[in-house]
Amino acid sequence: MVSFLGRIGRFAIDQIAGMGRMFLFLVSAILLAFRRPAKLRLIVYHIKTIGVDSLSVVALSGFFTGMVMGFQGYYSLRKFNAESWLGSATALGLLRELGPVLSAFMVTGRTGSAMAAELGTMRATEQIDALYSMAINPIKYLVSPRIIAGLIAMPLLTAIFNVIGIFGSYVVGVGMLSVSSGSFFSGMENSVVFHDVYSGITKSVCFGLIITWICCYKGFHASPMATGVSQATTESVVLSFVLILVWDYFLTSIML
Amino acid sequence: MIRVANLHKSFRGQKVLKGVNIEFARGKITTIVGTSGCGKTVLLKHLNALLLPDKGEIFIDSVDISKLRQKELYQIRAKFGVLFQGAALLDSMSVFENVGFPLREKTKMKESNIKKKVADRLEQVGLGEMGHKLPAELSGGMRKRAGLARALIMDPEIVLFDEPTTGLDPVLATSIHQLIARTQEAFGFTGIIVSHTIPQVFEISDYVAMLANGVVEELTPPEVFCSSQNPIVQQFIHGKTEGPIQVL
Ligand SMILES: Nc1ncnc2c1ncn2[C@@H]1O[C@H](COP(=O)(O)OP(=O)(O)O)[C@@H](O)[C@H]1O
Ligand SMILES: [Mg+2]
Repeated sequence: MVSFLGRIGRFAIDQIAGMGRMFLFLVSAILLAFRRPAKLRLIVYHIKTIGVDSLSVVALSGFFTGMVMGFQGYYSLRKFNAESWLGSATALGLLRELGPVLSAFMVTGRTGSAMAAELGTMRATEQIDALYSMAINPIKYLVSPRIIAGLIAMPLLTAIFNVIGIFGSYVVGVGMLSVSSGSFFSGMENSVVFHDVYSGITKSVCFGLIITWICCYKGFHASPMATGVSQATTESVVLSFVLILVWDYFLTSIML
Repeated sequence: MIRVANLHKSFRGQKVLKGVNIEFARGKITTIVGTSGCGKTVLLKHLNALLLPDKGEIFIDSVDISKLRQKELYQIRAKFGVLFQGAALLDSMSVFENVGFPLREKTKMKESNIKKKVADRLEQVGLGEMGHKLPAELSGGMRKRAGLARALIMDPEIVLFDEPTTGLDPVLATSIHQLIARTQEAFGFTGIIVSHTIPQVFEISDYVAMLANGVVEELTPPEVFCSSQNPIVQQFIHGKTEGPIQVL
């Protein structure tokens, strides 16, 4: 009985210590990002890899999400004779919620997992130790640029997702069903306000931070074996998904 | 001078080092031998503070590095050049960029001078033509030589070699040994080599240390080492499975 309680206690302490380490990791990565010399070249490079890697999946999933919203929105709105609101319904749904969350999922799957695997491999092959031994701080060199790049690339990808999604809904609503092109756009113009765009962008910036933070942390601290790398990759994806959804709930409830 | 006193280290309950005491002479080459998995790499990683001791002290020029703060650790690490077991070249960069990387990051040297120095060093290790290749495109031996060039590029006071010749053919192994001996004579660094390539590595060593069962068993000049009566040393040199070394 005592040993059982002891195990629970140890588990709780380990979990809390783990959270503390993760948080310290983030804090030091952010502080080091401001330390000279700034790694501009690396930041640009990682914006490019995050953006280019994920662009095709983001575009594709955006288009299909938009088309589905076109059908589903049309079906629901027709019950109230409000098909002409299809444009505004799609735009609000995408801008406020689906755009940031779904594109964050896509980026996690495409880029985040690759990031965890890359850093995990660097850990396993002693490249991270090599950086330390050359007196180069690997957090500043490997992690900070990726986090900054995530903060910048994620809202851009989300914006692309939104635009393509709205286009997808337009193709379905106006092209295949009977919504008029004019009402599709005028409804959107009337109902979407700046706050909707703003809240979506805020979310996507936060998700960019979550993805790069979690995936870098898991990769950086992978245990130095091949199984350690695969485990780190899986954990980083699962934890990113969960944190994205939880954080999405918080942001939505605050900014509604 | 480097002195390790009563160094203990364990990983998740597995005791790897159980009170290591050893002194590495300045300007000399000391070779550490021991069975695979006995903690040689772990010991090396303590010397430049890649790992921190559970207990015990490590003195570099009479500074106890286990008590230093992060920032001071970086200054200590700058004294070291390290050749890692798998070379640990950064695989996103070409060989040339890898070798020049410490210069570019840590010095204010002009680009043209960096190019010249790196080209010189690559020439020395016989990789003059290979600079543009990525580490993944090289053979194991070439990677080790590139790693050696990188370890020496900052003209360090102390150089750690983790199994520089493991997995290489005997000819290449000898050439790496000669390379280490030559550069050591030229630059006068303190060399610490972990190696299984015995007895060839003894030719370039001033001292040999034997790590077994978590402690240093012997620290003697190589001639004495081979004729040592210590049963642990005898078992190791002759590769016997029966004896005082606990084989898994
Ligand atoms: N970072 C680590 N985490 C857990 N165990 C480790 C770690 N590094 C080394 N070990 C363990 O310590 C022991 C000694 O490893 P090492 O020093 O690499 O051996 P070798 O003498 O062959 O270089 C091994 O059993 C290894 O599993
Ligand atoms: Mg080793």
